[in-house]
Amino acid sequence: MTSPAPPRPGLPLRPVGQPPGPRPQPIWMRLARPQFIALAVVLLINWALFPGFFTITWQDGRLFGSLIDVLNRGAPVAILAIGMTAVIATKGVDLSVGAVMAIAGATAAVMVTSGLPAGLAVLAALGVGLACGLWNGLLVTALGIQPIIATLVLMVAGRGLAQLITEGSIVTFADPVLVFIGTGAVLGLPTPVAIALTLMALATLAVRRSALGLLIEAVGVNRSAARFAGIRAGVLLVLVYAFAGLCAAMAGLIVAGDIRGADANNAGLWLELDAILAVVIGGTSLMGGRFSIPMSVLGAIIIQAMNTGILISGFSPEFNLVVKSGVILIILVVQSPQAARLLRRPDRKTATASEGKA
Amino acid sequence: MAVFKKLALGAGLAALLSTAAYAEGLQGKVIGFSQIGSESGWRAAETSVTKAQAAERGVDLKFADAQQKQENQIKAIRGFIAQGVDAILVAPVVSTGWDEVLTEAKEAEIPVVLLDRGVDASQDLYLTSVASDQVKEGRVAGEWLVGAVGDKPCNIVELQGTVGSSPAINRKQGFEEAIAGKANLTLTRSQTGDFTRSKGKEVMEGFIKAEDGGKNICAVYAHNDDMAVGAIQAIKDAGLKPGTDILVVSIDAVPDIFAAMAAGEANATVELTPNMAGPAFDALDAYFNAGTQPEKFIITESKLYTPADDPQGEYDRRKGLGY
Repeated sequence: MTSPAPPRPGLPLRPVGQPPGPRPQPIWMRLARPQFIALAVVLLINWALFPGFFTITWQDGRLFGSLIDVLNRGAPVAILAIGMTAVIATKGVDLSVGAVMAIAGATAAVMVTSGLPAGLAVLAALGVGLACGLWNGLLVTALGIQPIIATLVLMVAGRGLAQLITEGSIVTFADPVLVFIGTGAVLGLPTPVAIALTLMALATLAVRRSALGLLIEAVGVNRSAARFAGIRAGVLLVLVYAFAGLCAAMAGLIVAGDIRGADANNAGLWLELDAILAVVIGGTSLMGGRFSIPMSVLGAIIIQAMNTGILISGFSPEFNLVVKSGVILIILVVQSPQAARLLRRPDRKTATASEGKA
Repeated sequence: MAVFKKLALGAGLAALLSTAAYAEGLQGKVIGFSQIGSESGWRAAETSVTKAQAAERGVDLKFADAQQKQENQIKAIRGFIAQGVDAILVAPVVSTGWDEVLTEAKEAEIPVVLLDRGVDASQDLYLTSVASDQVKEGRVAGEWLVGAVGDKPCNIVELQGTVGSSPAINRKQGFEEAIAGKANLTLTRSQTGDFTRSKGKEVMEGFIKAEDGGKNICAVYAHNDDMAVGAIQAIKDAGLKPGTDILVVSIDAVPDIFAAMAAGEANATVELTPNMAGPAFDALDAYFNAGTQPEKFIITESKLYTPADDPQGEYDRRKGLGY
């Protein structure tokens, strides 16, 4: 972990149901995390490139502006990142979420176009996502396959499944419920943003106000040790992958509703990598253990702020990927333990104090 | 003895004549078709149109789906040669690495017709190639816009295809050729939408924000219809009227753009016909029955469709083709 905040006590367990240990730092210090600085810098660059970037107006009963676009376009990756955070915290990874998005979108679209009620279609899509996640979880636990390989199976096969469901074409629909999920507004916020925020709040509460988060971290740090300590690691892993599948299905419904069609070839394509990147930018280690869901969501917003910035900057598209990777490189370097040590040096007292504690 | 010889010759001639009469056109010919796969709606439509064309002409079509892999295509072509088919159609997935298998087909005296894409191989290894002219597609789209705008000033935004892909490069080039020298037309913004609906929508959202809520945009040119469909939704979300406030012109002529056109939300599309097999079969017909060597490059028509061309009817005609 790279954040300057002192590590919370890991395994010897803190009592269940109590808030995490006291955080000695004031709010402004916590906001000085590299992620917040990165977001602020990216937003300021966007503003410099396009002075109207922060302008938000009220139009047709909703907020309208570039900043809202960033949140709205970032929502699918943010939702994927919420599920991905839990998986990565268990020292796993889920490469199949992009394909699961395509399957879920295809399922819902085909159901509504064949005349079934939208509520049923949404439930079926979420159910399919859950089933895909359970499949991944079983491959990882029951068969003991490495997560990257186990989920690679569905990453490849899943897109094919989605193409089978849509028969290779883009299935368009005009169902009001699905369109609302993709492009509607709740209290002035785009529905995808509302879904992502709600999911983030619920998931954070679930892992931090119960022992769930601690159990996930324990499994991620050392699965055998966690099992010997009495944690049912297998069940927990299956649950975590199922949750990631469910998140992917939600993201799939959003992108399908957004374009009023299920595009099996392109829906969610490569988004698994964006989700992993969001989690890493958020500071969760790929080695498992400590994780933070809100920080992963922040990571997703940083990525999208960058994408939107490139779109409105007027650069030629050949620069897109170079600019993006350059910015990501800078963020990761600033976050690296070496850089953190350099940044902390002038404040030696705090550093030694927190190190002494750890 | 001589009488017998004459009789035998007569019988042979009669048999030959009757088969010739029977084999009019491509009736009864066995033709192998190695398709790339079904990566896009257009590809699926090409497959179904090819099958329909074959059925219409009485061709026994052997279909092989290569699932985007050249080695599968080479295997399929070797299989066709082993079966002794009369001709082979190939939609090559990549442009290089075909010399060996095409030489094998040539040695077996089986004519090969390339569909939709070219190959880097000696031209005497294949009979002909049927493809569209992507530069011309862009030019037709640009010429339509030049005519539609007249003398009014017009800021155009462009949604490019995947960076570096040949349709993106060529369709951009053709469009720029058409608007070159027209001082009232300016291409103000150009970004890639990766040929997909969702990226088309996202990029258009950004353009609208960056151009004063869309007030500075007079037209959007998309390298394919899917991106245009996404852009249309972005224009609507911004409270503008696509087709009126912002003109929409794109390329491909897939069913959904005709649905948009019927609703007055799209203005023009240039057809990339999925019927590559029709001209290919015509060339084979002439080659087998009249011995005509076809031209090396058969260019399909780039037809312009506007709301005046019965968009609803076009939609109904196309939606069954598997787009």
